[in-house]
Amino acid sequence: MAEPAAADALDFEGWVCPLPLRDSPAIVMGHGGGGALSAELVEHLFLPAYGAAADTTLGDSAVLELLGGRIAFSTDSYVVKPLFFPGGSIGDLAVNGTVNDLAMSGAVPVALSTAFILEEGTPLTDLGRVAQSVGAAATRAGVRLVTGDTKVVDSGSGDGVFVNTAGVGVVPDGVDIRPTRARPGDVILVSGDIGVHGIAVMSCREGLQFGTTVESDSAPLHELVAVMLGTGADVHVLRDPTRGGVAASLHEIAGAAGVGVELVEQQLPVPQPVMDACGLLGLDPLYVANEGKLLAFVPPDDAEQVLEAMRAHPYGKSAVIIGSVVADHPGMVVARTALGGNRVVDLPLGEQLPRIC
Amino acid sequence: MKYLDEFSNPDLAKRLLDQIHAATTRDWAIMEVCGGQTHSIIRHGIDQLLPDEVEMIHGPGCPVCVTPLEIIDKALAIASRPDVIFCSFGDMLRVPGSTEDLFRIKSAGGDIRVVYSPLDALELARQNPDREVVFFGIGFETTAPANAMTVYQAKRLGIRNFSLLVSHVLVPPAVAAIMESPTCRVQGFLAAGHVCSVMGTGEYPPLTEKYEVPIVVTGFEPLDILEGIRRTVLQLESGRHELENAYTRAVRAEGNLPAMEMLRDVFEVTDRAWRGIGMIPGSGWRLSDRYRDFDAEVRFDVAGISTDESAVCRSGEVLQGLIKPHECEAFGKECTPRNPLGATMVSSEGACAAYYLYRRLELTPADQSAAQPQVVTGRG
Amino acid sequence: MCLAVPGRVVTREERDGTTMAEVDFGGVRKDVCCQYIPDVETGDYVIVHVGFAIQRLDEESALQTLAEFERMSILEEEFGDQFALAARQAGVDVPATDETQEEGPR
Repeated sequence: MAEPAAADALDFEGWVCPLPLRDSPAIVMGHGGGGALSAELVEHLFLPAYGAAADTTLGDSAVLELLGGRIAFSTDSYVVKPLFFPGGSIGDLAVNGTVNDLAMSGAVPVALSTAFILEEGTPLTDLGRVAQSVGAAATRAGVRLVTGDTKVVDSGSGDGVFVNTAGVGVVPDGVDIRPTRARPGDVILVSGDIGVHGIAVMSCREGLQFGTTVESDSAPLHELVAVMLGTGADVHVLRDPTRGGVAASLHEIAGAAGVGVELVEQQLPVPQPVMDACGLLGLDPLYVANEGKLLAFVPPDDAEQVLEAMRAHPYGKSAVIIGSVVADHPGMVVARTALGGNRVVDLPLGEQLPRIC
Repeated sequence: MKYLDEFSNPDLAKRLLDQIHAATTRDWAIMEVCGGQTHSIIRHGIDQLLPDEVEMIHGPGCPVCVTPLEIIDKALAIASRPDVIFCSFGDMLRVPGSTEDLFRIKSAGGDIRVVYSPLDALELARQNPDREVVFFGIGFETTAPANAMTVYQAKRLGIRNFSLLVSHVLVPPAVAAIMESPTCRVQGFLAAGHVCSVMGTGEYPPLTEKYEVPIVVTGFEPLDILEGIRRTVLQLESGRHELENAYTRAVRAEGNLPAMEMLRDVFEVTDRAWRGIGMIPGSGWRLSDRYRDFDAEVRFDVAGISTDESAVCRSGEVLQGLIKPHECEAFGKECTPRNPLGATMVSSEGACAAYYLYRRLELTPADQSAAQPQVVTGRG
Repeated sequence: MCLAVPGRVVTREERDGTTMAEVDFGGVRKDVCCQYIPDVETGDYVIVHVGFAIQRLDEESALQTLAEFERMSILEEEFGDQFALAARQAGVDVPATDETQEEGPR
């Protein structure tokens, strides 16, 4: 986290009001109390930072007019450490993560709530930077930030800033995307390089610092999904492989649908710097977290056209086929190694730890 | 990575495999000593591609697997202390002690940090002068120079709030112990490449003579492993038993002299009980008298530890190559990576974990009955 | 044991009386203690384990080893020359008939 800085060190570009917030450069318990301090924080830090994405009505709940259709609803909490890492911050993840959860059902995301749990003593400059990145990500994704909450916990009870975002979106008619639709014969596509986000975050973790050019790939994917659906293809499954990596996502889908998955190791798009970092720490790229990437299961006849459509979009330009669905070994993911052998790609237990052996 | 990726070339692997197939005329049992080699063999499917006659027996070269239970329990006792920051390599976190593991102590509030290098632990000691920083110094000869340098620096720089919990194990005595075992089936060894990067190859010719086994110093990438196997098979087929170095890019006969000098200063040989195998005389290193002040076993009163190994676990037999992991009744049932009974199921290169993670496809359905662990895919 | 990887020394400096180097692993960079390779120079390749260089990587040897593998060919028939097979079983050096035949015991 950044060291507490003077209020005038914060970037105020575009903000309506300068940071008043009494004389405190850091979060205090009162900011979570619902009184004047809370109101000041919303009015003078969050709203200006959110910019055009914010709905300023400030009621207890937001009333949304949604176009007819099924509503997709998702929530996620963001606890990443450190808050700021190469290529992004917890703010980017908080918006893109929930936008993507909605997009994986084929939904057009409409609005998000943002709830913050702040540790007393968190520098306001850090919170300001996070809020700014939330606003910028929401604007980029075209979603509104319509309601929120702030609570403060005792120093030592948290990690600076925890964020929860919940989001709603509308699923167009005729779209039916869910893990149980995976079928033997389906082709599995990934939208681009894997292992990128996890390595970017790991590279600045205490005890592991290493210099790398890898930056987080956090990005909103709903427009890429729209382009894929726009081909008329019957996309069966979409999943964004976050914690646990591609391995975890494939495992869950295989288990949910009662099918097996076969991967071709040589097809996996692992960029060289990710490969090198994994080699150094003894990690397997299949288990490393991703952010702005998706997996798609499509019927074999639709695969080429979906791939082509993805490659024409900025977030899908490196899309490739990495495997297929089979009827054998239901619930298991098996990879054909470069040497021609087979190995089971198991569900990761927990966080991958660097190893010496 | 240069000088690494080239040694995974599938085309060249095929050539080496063909050579092995052509050379093999009868059954041979070869032990790869090092857990990293086991990991590589299973992960790349090398064992599936070798001739049926060539059997790879997975050796005890997994320091995580063989760290004595008593030392694990001592580590857990030290790590539970509120004044201690306990630092460890990631591999050790889930190794089961008699009643718990470091991971669980961390969840209960213990300050346990995963580090990449022992120097990171020393740095933590510098940054936290009011806390005791303890580093869990396990490993074979490969890791010992790093641990030695760290405690040497601690002494030189007067960093008094740092100590080392040492449990080093040595390869040559283990090779001898394996060959002495009456049930030994091993006919040739792939010696651990990086151990030899440090120690050189001088300790092995006496073993080849005494036990009449070929020993080939072997690396870790697929081509290195295949070349090690190829040379071992050729020796066996022609009745030779010599020391060969198939990892010349990283191993010199004399080893690393400055490292060996430091090792002589910081460590002294001791008897060590290998978890699952038993006492092997002169098979370990502990801190020498000059560095006794930095010995965590001395600094923290951890006497009176009574160990309690699982009655069901057959790690020892796996480590000696007497059974394959799936031949253990508990494999995949009570014992899984999520709920390991023994260390060979915990370590990423323990044979049981390797079989569970990579090989379940070929094993009978009865062996795969363990329920899949739940995973919460939150966001990071 | 012994996850150790080769990297190239980019810079070298003395820190607290210890030889440290910034080592490049194909794009990933890490600080490495090189006290055990006292004559290390920038441009050298070293084998790194838990933050320490434990041995130099002999580049010439690496290339030679790869070249030897290249010289082995993929055998087209399952056991090729029956005479050669019999000779091998008897432990007799097989004369190199052409470049594709692996030499006898080293």
